[in-house]
Amino acid sequence: MIEMTDVNVRFGQREVLRGVTLSLPERRVGVIGANGSGKSTFARLVNGLALPSSGDVTVLGLDTRRHAARIRRRVGFLFSDPDAQIVMPTVAEDVAFSLRRKKLSREEVDGRVRGVLTRYGLAEHADHPAHHLSGGQKQLLALCSVLVLEPDILIMDEPTTLLDLRHSRQVADLLRSMPQQVVVVTHDLALLEDFDRVLVLDEGRIVADAEPEAAIDHYRKIMS
Amino acid sequence: MNGLTGAYVPGGSFLHRLPAGVKLLGLAVSCTALLLSPPVGLAGAVAVVALLYAVSGVGVAAAWAQIRPVRWFAVALFGVQFLLVDLPGAVSSTLRVVLAVALAGLVTLTTRTAAMMAFLERCLAPARFLGVDPFRLSLLLSLTLRSVPVVAGLATRVREAQRARGTERSLRAFAVPLVVSALRHADTLGEALSARGLDD
Ligand SMILES: Nc1ncnc2c1ncn2[C@@H]1O[C@H](COP(=O)(O)OP(=O)(O)OP(=O)(O)O)[C@@H](O)[C@H]1O
Ligand SMILES: [Mg+2]
Repeated sequence: MIEMTDVNVRFGQREVLRGVTLSLPERRVGVIGANGSGKSTFARLVNGLALPSSGDVTVLGLDTRRHAARIRRRVGFLFSDPDAQIVMPTVAEDVAFSLRRKKLSREEVDGRVRGVLTRYGLAEHADHPAHHLSGGQKQLLALCSVLVLEPDILIMDEPTTLLDLRHSRQVADLLRSMPQQVVVVTHDLALLEDFDRVLVLDEGRIVADAEPEAAIDHYRKIMS
Repeated sequence: MNGLTGAYVPGGSFLHRLPAGVKLLGLAVSCTALLLSPPVGLAGAVAVVALLYAVSGVGVAAAWAQIRPVRWFAVALFGVQFLLVDLPGAVSSTLRVVLAVALAGLVTLTTRTAAMMAFLERCLAPARFLGVDPFRLSLLLSLTLRSVPVVAGLATRVREAQRARGTERSLRAFAVPLVVSALRHADTLGEALSARGLDD
């Protein structure tokens, strides 16, 4: 559960988010809006990468100001630029890096890494350098490295930007089948078709908050 | 670049299975032996290195990729030694260098970065008393390895963008966007590390 009360975010003089109050119990929440409307900032609030200038953000009952580290252990975050979040030189090593804190045996780490890489079609690349992967495959690798930790909440900032049709569908299916709560920032409106709730941001305010169809209609209207 | 990043060639040979520490120690010992060995010993060394490569099963292309960076240096060394000393002297000093590089390459080819890092972390464990966190130090090295291809990729992108705009002759038009994108990369990398739970 994600809750925000009267959240404002300022960078210097600029108000990037204004007066956001909401609670998100739904399992699949989409966030759409123009470039620069504050979507990424909104997503980053949820795992404490960004902190509110005023107001409170509570995730899984914890305040992001005081418990960012604990929250991050249970909230996975997928950035739009996969190069930035792959930190180890090879594919399997990067996934294993996520598990380093779990105190698992070598076999168990190897098993989990292999499992998740197989699920997303990267098993044959396990020992390849990450920079030999295509952009979309890197995005899948970043996803593997997040999902191997089985987070309670998954935040994704434009996860399908680099993916081809098949891999976008794969992500869409995944979102459908995942038991976790997911919050997806995207320009890919089709991805949100069967979401539970969609928020529309415009210049830092939430201007629509509804079922996908109504929200997307509103978004189309303000963009035209 | 490939000699440094992701040179690992998967395999099941005994060299692959040997612990990283043993291999590094072996490398140190054999490089010393190469330096001290008489010219006749070097002929044996050539055979041993060739045999090790064959056993490792990494393939000729991977082996060549390890030696390739020093090929011109080897030629120059041979030439200078030949002129200043004599033919046997030139042959043996060139062989020493090439064999040492080949052996080091063999270690890189058969050892995963993770294994190397784990070994390094263990060696650095005493540094803990000096207030250095071995995990952070080895992470720093991994990140460096990972950043080489990323920055190289950024450079390619900047160069292509310039070519598209016809400004490829200006150094400034190359350096400024490259530095900016490298800094931006560093920023997001820092955030990604926090998001992956590094700062707790
Ligand atoms: N660290 C920062 N410092 C200063 N300004 C920032 C910072 N982060 C974001 N901004 C500004 O806040 C505004 C909203 O940015 P944000 O990244 O949240 O937009 P977005 O909706 O994700 O846009 P896009 O669709 O382009 O990704 C932008 O105008 C941006 O310039
Ligand atoms: Mg954004």
